Amino acid sequence: MSKVATFERGIHPKYNKEFSSGKSITQAKPPQRIVVPLSQHIGAPAKCEVKIGDEVKRGQIIGSPSGFVSAPVHSSISGKVIAIADFPTAVGRMVSSVVIESDGKDEAVALKENPNYMNLTADEIKVMIKDAGIVGMGGAAFPTNVKLSPPKEKPIDTVILNGAECEPYLTADHRLMVERPKEVIEGLKIIMKALGVKEGHVGIEENKPDAIEAMKSAASGEPDIEIHSLEIKYPQGAEKMLIKAIKNREVPSKGLPMDVSVVVQNIGTALAIYEAVRYGKPLMERVVTVTGKGIREPKNMLVRIGTLLSDVVEQCGGLADGAVKVISGGPMMGFAQWTLDVPVTKGTSGILVLTEDEYVASDEYFPCIRCGRCVDVCPIGLNPSMLSILSEKGFYEEAKDYNLFDCFECGSCAYVCPAKRPMVQFMRLAKSQVKP
Amino acid sequence: MSTEAKTHQLVVSVSPHVRDEESIARIMWTVNIALLPAFIMAVYYFGPRAVYVTALCIATSVLSEYLFQRWLKKKTTISDGSAFLTGLLLGMNLPPGVPFYIPLVGSFVAIVITKTLFGGLGYNIFNPALIGRAFLLLTWPKLMTKWYEPTALFVGLDAKTTATPLGILKEEGLAKLVEHFGDKAGVYKSLFFGSTAGSLGETSAIALLIGAAILLYKRYITWHIPFSFLASVAVIAWIFGGKGGLFTGDPVIHLLSGGLMLGAFFMATDYVTCPTIRKGQIIFGIGCGAVTMLIRLKGGFPEGVMFAILLMNCFAPLIDRNVKPEQFGAVKKKEDKK
Repeated sequence: MSKVATFERGIHPKYNKEFSSGKSITQAKPPQRIVVPLSQHIGAPAKCEVKIGDEVKRGQIIGSPSGFVSAPVHSSISGKVIAIADFPTAVGRMVSSVVIESDGKDEAVALKENPNYMNLTADEIKVMIKDAGIVGMGGAAFPTNVKLSPPKEKPIDTVILNGAECEPYLTADHRLMVERPKEVIEGLKIIMKALGVKEGHVGIEENKPDAIEAMKSAASGEPDIEIHSLEIKYPQGAEKMLIKAIKNREVPSKGLPMDVSVVVQNIGTALAIYEAVRYGKPLMERVVTVTGKGIREPKNMLVRIGTLLSDVVEQCGGLADGAVKVISGGPMMGFAQWTLDVPVTKGTSGILVLTEDEYVASDEYFPCIRCGRCVDVCPIGLNPSMLSILSEKGFYEEAKDYNLFDCFECGSCAYVCPAKRPMVQFMRLAKSQVKP
Repeated sequence: MSTEAKTHQLVVSVSPHVRDEESIARIMWTVNIALLPAFIMAVYYFGPRAVYVTALCIATSVLSEYLFQRWLKKKTTISDGSAFLTGLLLGMNLPPGVPFYIPLVGSFVAIVITKTLFGGLGYNIFNPALIGRAFLLLTWPKLMTKWYEPTALFVGLDAKTTATPLGILKEEGLAKLVEHFGDKAGVYKSLFFGSTAGSLGETSAIALLIGAAILLYKRYITWHIPFSFLASVAVIAWIFGGKGGLFTGDPVIHLLSGGLMLGAFFMATDYVTCPTIRKGQIIFGIGCGAVTMLIRLKGGFPEGVMFAILLMNCFAPLIDRNVKPEQFGAVKKKEDKK
């Protein structure tokens, strides 16, 4: 592919991928204890299916979906339920969670394999994906089977796999594309089948030439699947930006990808879909990039869902001196943690530990000088300067007229702001005060 | 140290967790540095008076901001370089021979009345240095229009005064201006390098262009305002600036003379007082150019850059309200809005 696709505006942060981009995915030690939040996804929390004292096996359902937009959760170890209570999660909320103590045996429930998975019907595939508890693994954690069931009036013609991984530091998807490209492509084919779509694309930022190479050769026998090099630019991996880059379609304001007949899925999600459909395996582990100068040995690890961040960090040599900030996810959109005793969930793409010199303190900020740098980078074409001033002064309704709700909080405006204003905070504040 | 021991000191804040290295202070100090070539030319042509006037402006600006913020028990912001910049810009906008109280009063009006009283950096409506200068021009019109030939000042303040090129053009016409500098090429050359009468920092186009190149390269300013400002001045000068009817004007003289280069690159581009949206900045620049030429060709003053920018400052918020950036996925507004 000679042409490098992209979207307009955006930023070029330091990518810092080299800490972990060359590290093969390693298996994390099975944890002694897991904390499985019943709500790891957007939508209704799962209904708890176990009680304290119950013995569970690996892969057993411990929470079942409680609505259309919901997802089951499974145990990732075998052992005994020792507590069901509210626990802190990486997104900052207290969530009802099931705590399971390992019995050390790691016994699994029997899984139903499907060697001829390409002969399954779309509906059978969607049921399997739903039962496996698969949600978007890029961070948002939207139940995948819902995304694969668009309403009739929104026909889908294209599936795009998001291999951009535009968040600095993170390399989980990168490693998956390098190490397991065939399975990712199979996952894409299953998604295309579930949607009855003929056209599949994978978008990968140019800074991952090995992944582009691997994915191209894995897709070489697939005439319907095209691999695209994308410009290295944040937020290239945002759904709307990715669709613009690859299909040159603009998702309308307040709309969804399905409004332009596209479904976007994450690389990790595609692999999970393949494993669920081919082997009947529920989503109970995921690849997590553990990285940053604050981590002694950065790694890409296959971690069981429910493992505490502290457990994972210990396996990477612990925190280095000068570590000041622990982030679940990437540095642009991830969540800062106040404790390491929160579990890895389905949406945890990375554990990033920043040291004093990597992170820019911004407890102090200045009035907006209206330099317009934020306007120049906003991928959605908003006026973040104006929005931040309106929010700061409490004019929330007026902020709506400046398309407040199109902001997806990518943080590009805050990244370039010379007054170091907490732009994302202002957007969230305003959004919380008015109805869309 | 164990992991446990370290987690009690974790920093929690909203995303994003990394930011680029630009800051207000860095931008302001860079603009100060970008004015250095023009300042050097000012010293070269007008001697120690240039240092004296500019230093007084800067010192008064910084000091009055400091004292005023102390008095109001606000955080002092003099280290961000913006008060320094206001002082420097005001100094560059003053005639070389002004008495000491001119820089003092001008800086006070610029910093205290125009900036601090409105809420400080980010809240002022007008460009502080230009309000300072406008106040001086209207209060001491004689002193503020007393011009000297470059290097004439080396012999002292009783040196012969003269008119600026724009003044000659306005009062006596193009022929007289050409005669004054020898030939047409002499006019261009003098204006380009700055060996003409005028305010301290405005005469040397080349020095200002070097500074502008620094700012454009660093992307602290974009082409929108300077280009639209200069282009509209050139077009209007060409169409209406000639004595022999339409399309006989000399755009080059108008581009290189007066405070245009200084104004277009360093004053009209002031973030706080210009529109934020690039499209709006083009409207702003064209407005600046049009008003400048209106004053130069039809008004009572030979030069109009200052009033043009100040007038357009008033329109900046209005422009920002009505010009929106190109929205991604824009939909038909009618059905979308309630």
